This record gives sequence, C-alpha cells and structure tokens, in this order.
Amino acid sequence: MTDISAQAPQFDWKSSGFTARLQARRRSELWLRGLGLGAIGLALLMLAIMLTSIVGSALGALRQTHVTISVPIPADQVDPADPFSANWRRIMQNYVASLYPEASAAELRELGGILSKGAQFMVREAVVEDPSLIGQTLTISVPVSDPFDQLAKGFIKRETPENERRVNDAQIAAFDVLDKAGLISQPINWGLLTNGDSRFPELAGLRGAAVGTFYLLLTCFVLSFPVGIAAAIYLEEFAPKNRLSDFIEVNINNLAAVPSVVFGLLALAVFLNWFGLPRGAPIVGGLTLALMSLPTIIIATRAALKAVPPSIREAALGIGASHQQVIFHHVLPLAMPGILTGTILAMAQAIGETAPLLLIGMNAFITSIPTSPLESATTLPTQIFIWADSPERGFVSRTSAGIVVLLVALVAMNGLAIYLRRKFERRW
Amino acid sequence: MEDLRLMERVADTTRTKITARGVQVYYGEKHALKDVDVDILDKTVTAFIGPSGCGKSTFLRCLNRMNDTVASARVSGTILLDGEDIYDRGVDPVQLRARVGMVFQKPNPFPKSIYENVAYGPRIHGLTRSKAELDAIVEASLRKAALWNEVKDRLADTGTGLSGGQQQRLCIARAVATHPEVLLMDEPCSALDPIATAQVEELIDELRAHFSVVIVTHSMQQAARVSQRTAFFHLGNLVEYGETGQVFTNPKDPRTESYITGRIG
Repeated sequence: MTDISAQAPQFDWKSSGFTARLQARRRSELWLRGLGLGAIGLALLMLAIMLTSIVGSALGALRQTHVTISVPIPADQVDPADPFSANWRRIMQNYVASLYPEASAAELRELGGILSKGAQFMVREAVVEDPSLIGQTLTISVPVSDPFDQLAKGFIKRETPENERRVNDAQIAAFDVLDKAGLISQPINWGLLTNGDSRFPELAGLRGAAVGTFYLLLTCFVLSFPVGIAAAIYLEEFAPKNRLSDFIEVNINNLAAVPSVVFGLLALAVFLNWFGLPRGAPIVGGLTLALMSLPTIIIATRAALKAVPPSIREAALGIGASHQQVIFHHVLPLAMPGILTGTILAMAQAIGETAPLLLIGMNAFITSIPTSPLESATTLPTQIFIWADSPERGFVSRTSAGIVVLLVALVAMNGLAIYLRRKFERRW
Repeated sequence: MEDLRLMERVADTTRTKITARGVQVYYGEKHALKDVDVDILDKTVTAFIGPSGCGKSTFLRCLNRMNDTVASARVSGTILLDGEDIYDRGVDPVQLRARVGMVFQKPNPFPKSIYENVAYGPRIHGLTRSKAELDAIVEASLRKAALWNEVKDRLADTGTGLSGGQQQRLCIARAVATHPEVLLMDEPCSALDPIATAQVEELIDELRAHFSVVIVTHSMQQAARVSQRTAFFHLGNLVEYGETGQVFTNPKDPRTESYITGRIG
C-alpha cells in the first residue's frame, strides 16, 4: 500500500484565502439568522395588529346600555289567565305617553324609540313569569335601542349636525334627562352570548350560531372520524400496492387541496337538490364539511399508522396475533395521538369554514335557537358574515365580538389537541 | 482446549421437529434462499451462522411464516412441523406462530405493563380460563426467562422502562407464554451488552429443556457456546449443517472453514 498522506499537499489553514472564506461563511449564517428572526418578528407584529384591532373593536360590544323603566301593568288590559296575549305594544305606548303628557304622536314615536323594540317582550316575559305583577308597577332594566347605545358609548357624536346623525336633539335631550335621573346603566352584555340573532343589534346574540356550529361539528365529527380512520386503515394496512391504490392516494391528496366552495356546490347539488335534505340545516353543513375534513383525517391517520415502529407489529404477529388484532390492540392505540391531533386540526379548519355554508343556505336570518341538527341554523362564521353585512352601527363591534368568540373556540380546540397528544403519547 | 469441549456437545435427542426440503425464497426477482434442506431436532439449540445477507434470517422467518407479511416474498418447497406442512392451505399462520414463537433482534416489548406483555399471547389465544391461571402462566413464563425475581414487585410498570437485557428477556417470556414447541431467535443478543448477552445465552441453554430453539447469530463464539447443531449459510445456500463441534473444528466445506477462520464474511 502506498502512503497517501505523503502525496497530499500540505494545506495552509492560516492562509488569507481560507480566513476570508471562513468569514464569508460566518456572515451568511448571520444573515440567515437575521432573516429568520425578521420573518418571525413580522408575523408576530401582524398578529398583534390583527388581535388589537379585533379586540379593540369587540370591546364596544362588551357592555350594553340599559335603561331602567317602571311600567304600570294595567289590570284591565292584561288577562291573568293569559298574560301572554295582551297587547303589550299598546301598554308600552301608553307608558311612554304617560311620561311625556305634552308630546305629539310623532314626538312620542321618537321618544319611544329610545327603548329597544325588544323591551315589550321583556316586560311580557316578566309578567308571564310572575302574574302577581298585574295591577302593579314593574321596574325592569331593558336595553336602549342601538342609536342610543352608540350615543352613550360616544360612537355617535353630539357635535355632528342634527340631520347627519341617527338621533335628533329632542331624543338626546330626553336621553340626558334619563341619564341624569340615574336610570341609564351599562351592564356586561351577556345577551351577546345568550340571545339568538336579531335585526336589532342591542338584542342580537351568538347563541343560535354557537348551537348551530356545535351541531355542525358533531355531525362532521361523527361522520368523518370513523370513516376517515377506516379508510386510512384499509389503505395503510390492507390495500394492495398497485395502480388503483396509487390513484386513490393521489386523489385523496388532491381532494385535501380542493377549494371549499366547490364542496359547497357539490352539497347544494347532491344533499339539497337530490336528497332533499332541509336547507340551511347543520346536518347538511356537517355532511359538507365531513367531505372536506375526510382527506385531512385520512392523511393524518395514515401518517400516524406509518409512524408506529414495525417492531411492534412484528412482536404482535410473532406471538400469533391476527392482522386485525395487531391493528386494534397495538397499532391503532399507538397511532391515536397523531390521529386525534389530525382530527382536531381538521375540525378546527371546519369550524371556521364559511364559503360552502353560504351555498347551502346557512347564512339565512334565523332568530330561533336550533334544537336539532335538522333545523335551519347559522354558524359562527356565517353569523359573522351576516353581521359584517348589516348596516347598523352596533353590528360593527358585534362582528368583532363574534370573531373573538370564534377565535376562542379555535384556541380551545387546538389546546385540546395538544392536551390529548400529551396524554396519549407513549414512548417505545 | 475448547475444541475438545465442543466435541462433547451432542444433541440430547434425535427426534426431528422441523423438516425443510427444497425451500426457495424469492424477494421479487431476487433469489434469496436456494434449495435449503434442513432437519431441526427437538430440544436442541440450532444455530444459523453466515455473513450478512446470506439468507439465514430469511430461512428463520420461513419457519413461522413471518415472510407472509412481506408482500414481495415468495416461498416454495416444503417445511414440515411434526410432519405437517406449515405452508398447507389448512394451516392458519396465526395458530402456527403461537406454536413457533419468535424473539427479535431489537427488544420490542409492547408499550404496556410487564404483566400485559406476557399475558397478551395467552389472552388472545384463549389459553386460560381465569385470572389465577393467567397469573400462573405469567409467573412461570417470567421464571423461565429468568426475569421473575427482578420484576415480581413491579409487574404493573411499563415494559419499555426495563433495561435492554431485561427487555429482551421480557420478550422471551412473552414468546414462552404461549407454550411454543419451537422458539426462533433472530440475533437476540446483537443489541445487548456482554453481561446481558451472557444472561440470555445461559437462558437459551435452559430453554432447550422445554423446546427446540433456533438462533440466528452473527457471533460465531455465540453459536459455539450455545448450540448443539450449526448451519452455515452463504449467498443463499445452505453450505454445511452438522454437529456444532464438527462444524467449528472440522468443517467439510472450504467456504465454512474460510468463514470460521475469518477469511470471508
């Protein structure tokens, strides 16, 4: 053997060329680090701007201006046996008229406009619940209508010329009198979470949309989780590797990238027009989003199944476990954290999906809270869409508040994903 | 001299447990195992030696049909276990693998408790009627694997928390728990330190009393230490098969001699 070290030229590690190259390498590394840091900084800045603007706007919906009224419940107009069907509108009109004896009919309408249109229903509800109030005076705190809420919050400026604002000087004067009397208050706006939708911002809430989203996600999960796992197990464990399975795999991957609005069109054609399922129902939305989530869940499940070490399969097979026992006793439990993470991420994607739901009519104006997945409903994102489209000033802050609620739900789901992954994670 | 001691090592029994005739294995186009004829004796340790890729593990995996799980593998020829063809249509590989247990190269306990690891086989095959019977099997198996004294107080601990040597003995206990007639070991000590290796080797010698053991090993010293019969594989051929002492001290084939003396491999 020849001695190769004797032939190799002696390299000068201290030469200027080498030093320069070394410095250039160090510089380019610094550049890379700086660029990465800059990118992260930019992303954080954007996130901060978005959150600040949304939360800042949503704060306007945190409180709702209320006025305390003392309505006499006249015994001659309310039947104690059936307080519900009394003419509550008339009772409220009479009450407002009694406050301002000199006002004309037109002025009374304007002054009555301080109260929310929902005030009469709140009064009715209170009396239905407690009929002993008939003949007495009911003192109750009701929301003021949106323009006065905006006035109280300073979104409608008093300096604006009278003909350019929603409330005229006489109304402002009357409102100020109520304020001086200590009848105006601004409690936390729980109605935003407990009410259904309404045309009036002061009454509008997210409960209908939240329940709709719940039914939708439930349907979506119940369908896509078992079907997705079954499909992934078949493809990963049983399917022969041939052109057909390659074709299926390519299509599943492509399906995950199909724009969601396409699924909406499909659902419109198949679920609504062909199957005749109810329009705008969470079950239809759930079916549509299940189609969308399936590729994600299948891909995540296959990846999780593939990640289970082959030694575990061999161990089980070696003792004489059948293929099905290997899958259900060993592989699937070990793959569960990955499967759950993938599923929850798919659900998190589904919860924010809007476009396909618009096509199947989940953006209808629905004030009732759905009691089953078969009733028409809205969802959080479509509710946000509806509110963002509404002209009333009060819906601006409520739109942001809806976004905050949606974001909180998303963060909660991602938190759940992390918790489940930690909980089921096992080492081998 | 050690050679003399080797010569004294003879099999305790001459009853044949496994008979292989004309076994060929193909992985796709590759002819991995060529025309192998072997008789594996009962209550004997048989070692398969040979350089990497010679087909010894492939042949071992034919004996419990683990090759069935490899899609591209094709096996022909006959392998008889107690005179019954294990590749017969009527034989369920699931049942076969309970009778022919296997221990793998890397310790692979399930990420479950020590108890569950050992109890899994008897449970899926329905070998016991009661918890007490199962407990007895678990204890007996762990005793056979010389692990009982080390783990008896922590059967509920996870099996993956044991040391490498303990894990491998747990895997042996798991394989023993289904009362196999043959135990296949695919380089069971290659991932273990010398002390753990010595323990497992000692164990293999004890297990011979209960059933036939087939061990694939890269270490010729190990083959010489633990086995009574040795088969030498080279390039997919079974080159030589005989008494361990004879194969190591007086090989008939020049290739065996080259391998044992370190000239090929």
